[in-house]
Amino acid sequence: MSKIPGSQAIIKCLQEEGVELLFGYPGGAVIELYDQLCKSTIKHVLVRHEQGAVHAADGFARATGKVGVAVLTSGPGATNGVTAIATAYCDSIPLVVLTGQVPRPLIGNDAFQEVDIVGITRPCTKHNYLVSDPDQLVPILREAFYLAASGRPGPVLVDLPKDVIAALIDYPEKRPIKIPTYQPNTTPDPGQVEKACRACLKAEKPVLYVGGGVILADGNQELTRLARELNIPVTMTLMGLGAFPGSDELSLGMLGMHGSYAANMSVAKSDLLIAVGARFDDRVTGKLEAFAPHADIIHIDIDPTSISKNIEVDIPIVADCREALQAMLSWLEEYRELNLKEVATRHRPWVEQVREWDRKHPLSYHDEGQIIKPQYVIETINELTGGNAIITTEVGQNQMWAAQFYTFNQPRRLLTSGGLGTMGYGLPAAIGAQFAFPDLPVFDIAGDGSIQMNIQELATAKQYGIPVKVAILNNKFLGMVRQWQELFYDRHYASTAMEYTPDFVELAKAFGAVGLRATTKDEVRPVIQEALDTDNSVLMDFSISREEGVFPMVPAGKANTEMLLV
Amino acid sequence: MEEQSYILTMLVANKPSVTARITGLFSGRGYNIQSICGAPTHDPELSRITLKTHATPKQLDEIVKQLNRLIDVIKLRDMTHDEAVKREMALISVEVTPENRSELIQTVDIFNAKVVSAVTDSYIIEVTGTEKKVNAMIDILRPLGIKKLTRSGILALYRELDETHRNS
Repeated sequence: MSKIPGSQAIIKCLQEEGVELLFGYPGGAVIELYDQLCKSTIKHVLVRHEQGAVHAADGFARATGKVGVAVLTSGPGATNGVTAIATAYCDSIPLVVLTGQVPRPLIGNDAFQEVDIVGITRPCTKHNYLVSDPDQLVPILREAFYLAASGRPGPVLVDLPKDVIAALIDYPEKRPIKIPTYQPNTTPDPGQVEKACRACLKAEKPVLYVGGGVILADGNQELTRLARELNIPVTMTLMGLGAFPGSDELSLGMLGMHGSYAANMSVAKSDLLIAVGARFDDRVTGKLEAFAPHADIIHIDIDPTSISKNIEVDIPIVADCREALQAMLSWLEEYRELNLKEVATRHRPWVEQVREWDRKHPLSYHDEGQIIKPQYVIETINELTGGNAIITTEVGQNQMWAAQFYTFNQPRRLLTSGGLGTMGYGLPAAIGAQFAFPDLPVFDIAGDGSIQMNIQELATAKQYGIPVKVAILNNKFLGMVRQWQELFYDRHYASTAMEYTPDFVELAKAFGAVGLRATTKDEVRPVIQEALDTDNSVLMDFSISREEGVFPMVPAGKANTEMLLV
Repeated sequence: MEEQSYILTMLVANKPSVTARITGLFSGRGYNIQSICGAPTHDPELSRITLKTHATPKQLDEIVKQLNRLIDVIKLRDMTHDEAVKREMALISVEVTPENRSELIQTVDIFNAKVVSAVTDSYIIEVTGTEKKVNAMIDILRPLGIKKLTRSGILALYRELDETHRNS
């Protein structure tokens, strides 16, 4: 076979991996790659900032379950992508990020647009590579896709020196990937599965505590079956929302710092906590000693480092969440004589208690006439989209209100930066998700602060006719920090007031989008409806009550039962 | 939980920046490294890194899991206890005077060490042994006038072979 340039080999390899869509930004170091790219069938989306490219690939990956791919040039192009790479890393999102690098002879020479991106991203990628041998180019790319998607997923960065991209190489045949140093265990240990099942059958007050791992493993159906068959209430982390239908009787919604009263109380009173694909994050547990103090803990996770990291676990199961749940279901299936109905019935008083907590303190807010309450905006979006939209969020109050007041009945419908908490995530992620699902409504729930971090991507949406809807909950504050200042810093609103924000309606027009504004409660519904009826991208500016807080709230360091309620 | 020293040995892929991944993990997660020593093995694809750390048992558990998670780490073993042979080497440069010459040579003898370089006014002494032995020798040489010193860090090998070795 005749030799082909590295750039062509990259395209060919991407096609073999099933990549149809790339998000990126060209530059000197990747110009050869772009030259081939425009001749290929792969669609390239030109963003307006490299952070946007990686977030868009991330949004695409979260919405589809496929590996998202971004291309950045060397130096500042690569460093601009770092925040977004770290965002994906913290939430275990499979990405392959291709960065250009200066030609090999110039590496280490402080060349123009040279940066050691492999060094910079070492702690925020699952793995990364500098391709120093052109013959390794294709094998490394294949490995990158394999690593990104398998085990605990994550971003993998491949740094491509310009002369490697240009080098002539033989395209190697596809072989099964074997990395002797990497063999993630996906199959659960049968003994542990049995122990977990027996604990579930014995428990009087069990709670399922479900994280993003279930969604990443596509284990939502198995989870739902387990919860329903054994009649076990389910609470979800921010990343887990949608893994179990939010409208189900057994759903307690989110737990933790801004979790529901019922969720936090039931974990505190439970005698068995079944953690599936969750990692006992500090925003979930609050004060560790007071988290599930009476419960035995089962923990299913693909990553051994998550087990007993923060809380000592009684029954660990290191496995793919879906496989582990399947194994539990089949064990329970085989032991039918145990009479699951009886177990489900036995859990009934507990479920009733949990429902009682929910009735006593449901998620709520004070209605104040024509003043727009952010919760009402989310509720109305929920209603008008039938709960079927893909929701992305920025970070802060907007994110928590979206998590609390939108009902997620399906997985992969809430795309949010959970671990890193990256402001500016929502808009590019919404664009990425909309490319994957052109027929679904995609809403970015934003604040007036965070939308300004990547608002330039409205131009990307316009260029490609991507009709994302941005709902700005505008309180002219960096609301979450303001809330902390209100509660814990004597209302010293240090640097949290956005004393000047642009006229978002006019700004939308400048970007070729539709700008809509609501200043009274009555205007909320028509604005959202108009946005839904528009096939252009829309920026909605909702002037909300300025000092609205997110409640319940567990103050940092306090037990989850010490919630501040509405 | 009490902190103590642990010795971990790992087989890793002999690739660029593997050591950086390991030391980066330690600094990024706030673990400590007392010594680290690495070189290729008889298989040029593989390197062996031996590392001494000070940690609580719970931290050690975390360290082991985190190291195992690194893609380039193949096999990791706790070598703290007797199942492993551990050695360290030091090169010690000592000033030689008419007064200390005989004591110096005697000490070298007692520790089964070697004078590997002798110039008119100084010797370089090579000592190999357990960390304890090397420490003891340094303590004894200190009053005689140590001028320069370098230690290799601990190397360790498990005494027994396992299945993977027998099959290869």
